[in-house]
Amino acid sequence: MSASASTTDLNPESKQVFEHYRQLTQTRRLYSVLTIGILGGLLFAALWFAHVSNSGKFLDRIPYFFDFVLNFLPDEPIEIFRALFDLPSPYADGSLKYDYEEGRHYLFGDFYIPEYFYEMLVTLNIAFISTLIGGIGGFVLCFFASTNLVGAGATRFVVRRILELLRAFPEIVIAGLLVAILSLGPIAAVAAVSIHTVGALGKLFFEAVENADMKAEEGLRAAGANWVERVRFGIVPQVLPNFTSYFLLRAEINVRASTIIGAVGGGGIGEVFRLSLSRDHAAKTYAIILLLFVTIVAVDQLSGWLRRKLVGNQAFEFGA
Amino acid sequence: MNAQISEDRRIELKEKYAEVFHKTPLQRALPYVVSFSILTYMVFAFFFFNIAGVISGAKWDRAGLYMADWVSWQATPKFRFKDDAIQLQYPRFSPLGENPNPEWITQNGDVYRVTFGSEQNAIEVQQGLVTVFVDGAVHEVDITKDAALLPQGAHSSMSERNGRVRVFFGFEGNVEIRNTQVRVWRRFWGWENFFFDPASPYWGKSATEVVGLMFSGERLDPDQSNISLAFNNFLHNAEWQHLDVFVKLLQTIVMAFVGTLFAAVLAFPLAFIAARNITMSKTSNWMMKRFFDFLRSVDMLIWALFFTRSFGPGPLAGISAIFFTDTGTLGKLYSEALENVDDKQREGVKSVGASPAEVQRYGVVPQVLPLFASQALYFWESNTRSATIIGAVGAGGIGLKLLEAMRTGTDWENVGYMVILILLVVFVFDAISNNLRSRLIGNDGH
Repeated sequence: MSASASTTDLNPESKQVFEHYRQLTQTRRLYSVLTIGILGGLLFAALWFAHVSNSGKFLDRIPYFFDFVLNFLPDEPIEIFRALFDLPSPYADGSLKYDYEEGRHYLFGDFYIPEYFYEMLVTLNIAFISTLIGGIGGFVLCFFASTNLVGAGATRFVVRRILELLRAFPEIVIAGLLVAILSLGPIAAVAAVSIHTVGALGKLFFEAVENADMKAEEGLRAAGANWVERVRFGIVPQVLPNFTSYFLLRAEINVRASTIIGAVGGGGIGEVFRLSLSRDHAAKTYAIILLLFVTIVAVDQLSGWLRRKLVGNQAFEFGA
Repeated sequence: MNAQISEDRRIELKEKYAEVFHKTPLQRALPYVVSFSILTYMVFAFFFFNIAGVISGAKWDRAGLYMADWVSWQATPKFRFKDDAIQLQYPRFSPLGENPNPEWITQNGDVYRVTFGSEQNAIEVQQGLVTVFVDGAVHEVDITKDAALLPQGAHSSMSERNGRVRVFFGFEGNVEIRNTQVRVWRRFWGWENFFFDPASPYWGKSATEVVGLMFSGERLDPDQSNISLAFNNFLHNAEWQHLDVFVKLLQTIVMAFVGTLFAAVLAFPLAFIAARNITMSKTSNWMMKRFFDFLRSVDMLIWALFFTRSFGPGPLAGISAIFFTDTGTLGKLYSEALENVDDKQREGVKSVGASPAEVQRYGVVPQVLPLFASQALYFWESNTRSATIIGAVGAGGIGLKLLEAMRTGTDWENVGYMVILILLVVFVFDAISNNLRSRLIGNDGH
C-alpha cells in the first residue's frame, strides 16, 4: 500500500523496521515469482509432452469432444430406466444393445434383482469386505508402528516399511496376478483393495495411536498390567471412535476403488460399465452412470452422517 | 493384581463412577453384537463370492511359476531327432544370443548332456534313448517311433501323458521328452539381458569391459560415439523396452501433475463462490456445491472412460479425468476451509477502506493459501497412484503397459521392473509432498 511516500516522516527506528519489512516482502515476492515460473515451465513442458504422446491429437480432437456426447444418446430418455430395471424395450431387435431382460437375478417367483443393481451389490460387497479385512489388518499392525508403544526400534521401522509398501504397491498388479491364477472375478478385486487398505488404514491408525493420551496407559502400567492389557484398556478405548471414523471414510473411498478395479478385471459394476461404453450401448451406459452416481452420493451421505455422530466435525479432515 | 482396597472405598468408587460399573445391557452386549455381525457378514461373503469354488478351481501350479518369473528367466533349447543326428535348436531372439554355447549343455560324440544345477540332476540325449538322472538315480526313457515310454519305477518327479514324458527338476527347470524332440526349460535367477540385448555389441560383456569400451577403444559403430551407442542400445533393449517404460511412466506422472494443478487452479476461484461467508447468495453457494458434488460423485473411472472415448487413448484422457474429479474434491475442501477462516482479519482489512476484492486478497487468501497448497500437494501425490489405475482402463501411461505385460502371462519380470519404478516414484513424490507440506503448515498438517 502507499506507505513509501511517508517514509521520510518516520524516526530512524521505524525506518529500519520498514526497510526490513520491505526486504522481506521483496524476497517473498521473488520466491513467489520463482515458484510460479517453475510451475509454469513444468506445466508447459508437461502439456507439450502430453500433446505429442496422445494418440488422438489434443487440439484436433477438442471440436469433436461434444460430438461424442451428442451422438451417444439413447433412443428416448425412458430407455435409460428400462435398461436400469431390466424392462423389455420396444426397440428390441435381438441385439445385445436392447437385451435388457437378460441378466435378471430371480430371487423367488417373479421377483428379480435387475442386473445392474446386482452388479452394484457385488461392488459394494467387494468394498465392504475389503475395508473389513483391511481394517482388521491395519488394527493389528498399527500398535507395532507407534513410537509410544514399541519405541523407535526395529519393530517400528519394519512395520512402517511394510505398511508403506502395502499402500504404494499398484493395485492393478495384485489384481492382475490373482486374475491370472484365480481367473476373472471379484476375489482378485477384494485382495487388491484389501492390501491397499491395510497400508492406508494402518498409517492413519498409528498416527491416531501416537496422539493418544498416555496417562491411562501409565496408570495401567503402575498397576502391573502387561503390554496387551495396557493396549486393550489404555489405548483402544481412546482411539476407537477415531478408528471407526477412518474406517467409514475408507469404506467410502473403497466403493470408488472397487469400481475402478472392476473395470480392469475384478467384476462388478465397473466391468459392465466398461463393456457397455465400449459397445456403444448408450441407454445401458447412462443407466449405470445414474446408478453409480446415486450409490456414491448415498454412501457418502451415510458415512458422513455416521462419522459426524461418532466424532463430531473433526472427522472431516481430508485423506484418501 | 494383588492390591486390596477396603469395602468402603469400593462402594464409594462404585457410586462415583456409576456409568462405568453399571452399563446398560445394550452397552454390555455391543462388542459381542459387533463381533457377531462381522463374523456373520464374513460367512455371507464367503458364499456370496463363492470363495471355496474359486480357490479349488485356481491354477496353483501357475502361481508358483508366475512368482518365480518375477525374478528369474528361462532358456528354452530343444533337441530334435533327425534321421542321422540330433539337432540342437534355440528359439529366435533367444536371450542366449546368436551362437550360444552354454556350459550346462555339453556334447560328447552323439550324446548331449544337460545339467540342472548339479551333476546329480541331468539328462543325456541320444538317438532312441534319454537317460534321466534324478538326485543321482538313473532312469532310462526309451523312445519308440510313436511315443516316449515312462520306465518302470520312475521317480515321482517324472510323469507321462499322451506319449510324452515330463521330468521336473524343481526351480532349475523341466524337460518334455517326445518321440520327435526333447524340449528343455532351464531356469536361472536374475533378469537376463537387463542392460543390453544380444543384438547389441555390448552384450555379454562385464561391467568393467562395458565402461572401458564406452570411454576408450575403437568406435564400434562408425556413425556414433561409443557412449551414445551404449545409451541407444540400452534404451532400445528389445526385451526390456526401457525407453518405452520411461516414456509411459513420465506420461503417468504428467497426468497426475497437470490434472491436479489444473484442478487446484480452477477450484480456487470457484471455492470463493461456494463459500457461504464470502458470496452472500444462497443460490450460488448451493449451485456451486452441487456442481462440486457432481464432479466428485461421477467417479474418476467414468470420467476416464468417457474421455478415452472422446480424446482417444493417451495421457490427455487421464489429465481430464483427474482434472474433473479433483476440481470437485478440491473445490469442496477449499470452500470448507474458506468457511472456517478467521473473520477478524477480513474486518481489519475492511475497516481501513479496502475494496471487496482487496478484502479477499489481504484478509482471506493469506490465511488459506498454505492450506490450499498443502491439500493440492496431498492430492498430487495420491493421484500419482490413481493415474496408474485409470491408465489401465485406457487412459495410457504405465498402467496400460503393466496390464499388457500381465496379459501375456510370461512377462512377469517386466511387471516386476515396472512395479519397482512405480514404487520409487511414489516414495519420492511422497517424500517431496510431505516435506513441502510440513514446511507450509507445520508438522501436524496431516
